[in-house]
Amino acid sequence: MPENIEKISVKLNVNGKTYVRNLEPRLLLVEFLREELDLTGTHVGCDTTYCGACTVLMNGAAVKSCTVFAVQADGAEILTVEGLEKDGQLHPIQKAFGDSYGLQCGYCTPGLLISTYELLSHNKQPSDKQIRKAIAGNTCRCTGYQNIFKAIQLAAQNRTRT
Amino acid sequence: MLAQIGDEAKLLAGGQSLIPLMKLHFANPGHLVDLNFIPEISYIKEEDGALGFGALARHAEIENSATAAKLPIIHDCAAGIADVQVRNRGTIGGSIAEADPSGDWATVLLTQAAEVRCLSPKGERAVSLNQFITDAYTTVLAHDELVSEITVKIPPKGTGAAYLAFKRAAPVYPTASAAVSVAMEGDVCKEADIALGCVGLIAIKATAAEAALRGQRLTDKSIAAAAEAARAAADPQSDMRGSAGYKRALVVALVKRVIEIAARRARGEQVEVSHIYA
Repeated sequence: MPENIEKISVKLNVNGKTYVRNLEPRLLLVEFLREELDLTGTHVGCDTTYCGACTVLMNGAAVKSCTVFAVQADGAEILTVEGLEKDGQLHPIQKAFGDSYGLQCGYCTPGLLISTYELLSHNKQPSDKQIRKAIAGNTCRCTGYQNIFKAIQLAAQNRTRT
Repeated sequence: MLAQIGDEAKLLAGGQSLIPLMKLHFANPGHLVDLNFIPEISYIKEEDGALGFGALARHAEIENSATAAKLPIIHDCAAGIADVQVRNRGTIGGSIAEADPSGDWATVLLTQAAEVRCLSPKGERAVSLNQFITDAYTTVLAHDELVSEITVKIPPKGTGAAYLAFKRAAPVYPTASAAVSVAMEGDVCKEADIALGCVGLIAIKATAAEAALRGQRLTDKSIAAAAEAARAAADPQSDMRGSAGYKRALVVALVKRVIEIAARRARGEQVEVSHIYA
C-alpha cells in the first residue's frame, strides 16, 4: 500500500452542516462519519455490504455507508440518525420505534430508522409487503422483526394523521 | 485517463461489488477512476425499437422506470437485486463489466437481443452480450475501454420473458437463477431462450433446454423435458449456498416456473415476479 496518499478536498453537507475536509480517497463514508465527524450513531455491523447497520441517506437515497468512499460524497447531502431529532424532540419514526418496542439491543436501529425514513419519504401508506421489501437490507438479530414492522406501520399512520 | 494510468486502473461505477471485493483483497487496483461524477450516463431511453441503458443507470432507477417496465423481465431483475441500499448505488453497466458469476444482469440479458456498447479513445464498438463476458470476472473490454451503454431490443408481440432468482436472504447473491424468453403462436412455442445464473463460471445458455421447447406445444411434459435439459446444462459448485445437487434441483424448479410465467406474459397477462427469499 502506498505510504503517501494524496488527499482529496471534499465538501459535503451532513445533517444540515457543511464540512470541508481533505480526505484519503480510500476512506469509507462510514469511517469519515464516525471517526472524522464523531457521528457514531451510524454503526458498522458487518463491513461486507450485508447488514445495513451503516445505512445513511445520501441525496435522499438510502445507501450502505461502508460501501461508498467518503470522497464520492463530495457535494452530497447526507442524513444520519443524529439528524432525525429536531430541537430535542425525537423524530416521529424514532418515537414509533420506541412506542412499538421495535428494538432490543439497538445496534441495527440507526440503519432501520434511515431505511424507514426513505420508505416513508416516497410512500406514505406502505403495504406490509412494501415494508418488508424496504427493510430487507437491514439485519436485526434480536427482535424477529415483528415489532419493527409494527413500528413502521405506526410511523406511517402517525404521519398520515398529522 | 485509463490509458495514462495503465493496467493498474479500475473503473468505479456503483461500487457494490468492487468495494466489497477490495475489502477482501480479491481486487487490489492501484487506482480507481470514479465514473459517478460524469453527468448524463444514467439515462434510460427508448429509441429505434430498443431500450437503451446508460452504463450508470442504477438498479433502483431501472426498477422505477416506466420505460424499462416495457420489458417486464428487466423489471423482474432490477427490482430484486440485493436490497434497497444496493439497488440505489449499483449500476447495470458495472454489473455487466464486473462479470461476477453470481450477478443477475448477464443471465437476463443472455435471453434478450442485448448489446454492450464499449467506448475507448480509439472509438466505439457494439459487442453482443454472449461475446462480451468470456469467463468469471473477465470481459472483452480493453484496459482503456469502458461500457457506455447497454441496449435491449423490444421483441414483437407474442413474446414473453421472465426472470426468477432464489436467494437465502435479500442482500446475498442468488443460489441459482433462471431467465426465459418464449415467442408463442397459440399454444406452440416458436422460439425459446433460456439462461441459467450462478450455476457456472458465467451465465449459461441452456441450448438443449431451448430445443426441447422449440416447435412444441407448452405442456407439463415439454416443460419438464426443458427443465431436465437445463439441469444437465447447469455446472454448479458446492459451496456455502448449497450443494451442487441441490442447485441442480433448484434449476429444475426455477426453469419450470419461469417458462410458465414467460408463456403467460406472451399471452398478454400481467404477472408480477421477483427474487424469492425467505
